[in-house]
Amino acid sequence: MGSFIDSSARYLKTHEWARREGEEIVCGISDYAQQLMNELVYVELPRAGQHVKAGDAFAVVESVKAASDVYAPVSGVVVAINQALERNPEIINRSPYQEGWMARIKPDNPADFEALLTPEAYAALLEELEQQDTKEDH
Amino acid sequence: MKSLEPLIFELSVPGRKGVHVPESDVPEYELPAFLQREHLPLPELSQVDVTRHFTRLSQLNLAVDVTMYPLGSCTMKYNPRVNEDAARLSGFAALHPLQPLETVQGAIYLMHELQQYLAEIAGMDAVSLQPAAGAQGEFTGILIMRAYHAARGDHRRTKMLIPDSAHGTNPASSAMAGLTVVELPSDRRGNVDLEALRAHLDETVCGLMITNPNTFGMFEEHIEEVCRLVHEVGGLVYGDGANMNALLGIAKPGEIGFDVIHYNLHKTFSTPHGGGGPGSGPVAVKQFLADFLPGPIVRAVETEDGDTLFEWYQPPRSIGRMRAFHGNFGVLVRAYTYIRLHGEEGLRKVSQHAVLNANYIQARLKHEYPAPHGESRFCMHETCLQGKIKGAPSVVALDISKRLMDYGFHPPTNYFPLPKLVPEALLIEPTETESKETLDRFCDAMLRIAEEARTQPELLKASPHHAPLKRLDEVRAAKELVLCCVLRDE
Repeated sequence: MGSFIDSSARYLKTHEWARREGEEIVCGISDYAQQLMNELVYVELPRAGQHVKAGDAFAVVESVKAASDVYAPVSGVVVAINQALERNPEIINRSPYQEGWMARIKPDNPADFEALLTPEAYAALLEELEQQDTKEDH
Repeated sequence: MKSLEPLIFELSVPGRKGVHVPESDVPEYELPAFLQREHLPLPELSQVDVTRHFTRLSQLNLAVDVTMYPLGSCTMKYNPRVNEDAARLSGFAALHPLQPLETVQGAIYLMHELQQYLAEIAGMDAVSLQPAAGAQGEFTGILIMRAYHAARGDHRRTKMLIPDSAHGTNPASSAMAGLTVVELPSDRRGNVDLEALRAHLDETVCGLMITNPNTFGMFEEHIEEVCRLVHEVGGLVYGDGANMNALLGIAKPGEIGFDVIHYNLHKTFSTPHGGGGPGSGPVAVKQFLADFLPGPIVRAVETEDGDTLFEWYQPPRSIGRMRAFHGNFGVLVRAYTYIRLHGEEGLRKVSQHAVLNANYIQARLKHEYPAPHGESRFCMHETCLQGKIKGAPSVVALDISKRLMDYGFHPPTNYFPLPKLVPEALLIEPTETESKETLDRFCDAMLRIAEEARTQPELLKASPHHAPLKRLDEVRAAKELVLCCVLRDE
């Protein structure tokens, strides 16, 4: 189906993206993830002020197909959440990397960001997933 | 949306009656004022109108009595009518749950027998019939695991390990019991990933919840190793019995290494469950957990004159009651009847045929519908295919499901296992009760749909065409939670 990768972001294997903006990390779910889920009907966001740990489920996205945990890309304090999503979760489908951002985190250790997948590495991961599918398509 | 059948409230005519209550032959009793109300807007209809209303509604339904209902992980098998005969015997149906014990010996004898059958089938030692459905069985099992650790003064155990292929109720039940859920990934063959399991094993593990066969329809190839590893760190192994229909008389969870399991009597032992209930989720445990079971459970006692009587028994360290009275008794009668009807050899055949049927479908369909794990493996009682048809990029699992209704079949489970594990999943569980002719008709329909997907995808996109209602707006249904009726307030 082909999905878009924002080249200014870093990624998790679980299809979250993270972007450095000043001292903060903005994050959300990737275009691939929103396509898998289909139109979102519900989003549960963390609380502002909450401390999250890298790899912990800190938000939930739900479509008519499924509910899925969203994992925190870095450890840190949530400084802002995108409240517009609570009323209109489909913003994520429309604009996963811009308007559909989910949370803004002040990282405990800014260097953690460097450990995330580069756009190239994430593209390779998606390609691998796609290949698995084609192989099975035989 | 056009209304096919009015709401029962719209059929109501003030003053109309369905039954005439006979004159009372006992003294009248005045209800306390706080229990009385002036206004109670219930529908008022004649008996024939009620009968026709519900019969018409039932005719709009794609039910297991009408067609094959291959809803994966739901075991929608045919419910033999003899179950209903048994459950309607007045000696069962007309009992009051508070009747004196000596007047209900037959009923609790049946419960005692069922406890023993279920222990035997699972390779377990003790059973409680209390839980009212599968998810409550899970919750019960988890409370038992928690109580076991607490009774040993081991309060560190806060983590429940659950594979990502689990039914959503597993993490929900664990969270409800106050545990932290840790999701374990699956490997390429559809087994729980052993490396990931090892990485999470420590003295904070309360246990592991695992479904075997899992929701990919695959038997966990390392299940004994998995159980051993969890036991090594002092954790317990919980078996979700949702897929027991694959194992009857073939493999016993208790011998594999499970400590607790729940059954879904309504699935495996055939009681009607398409409409949301009633279910029954008995829990079976190993001897060392028997004292924690919810009661009352039934035990046999010898009288002085050598008779056997049956009585209620509350295990000494019981987690308490899970439900008022004695579980969903009517379902217990049906399950008991089903077990007696089949016997040991018959139950084994149930599972053999369930597995054979699923593999027949997998073998006939996997060249059109990719089988991510079934490519190199046989499946168990259900097959997990993908609604990704070569040459039909716009068609998704939902379109295929809807189009199947036009061919007169209930759709399979779709989008479970989760999209991140199996994109466009179609989980097909035919059960043992479908004949080869029916399986062939189903496979033929699926293959024709794959062809339609390539040649006229718009036909699928707009389906169903022959169902009472056309494609429903699922997004809107999920978002707008208040849908329709405001009760008439006169």
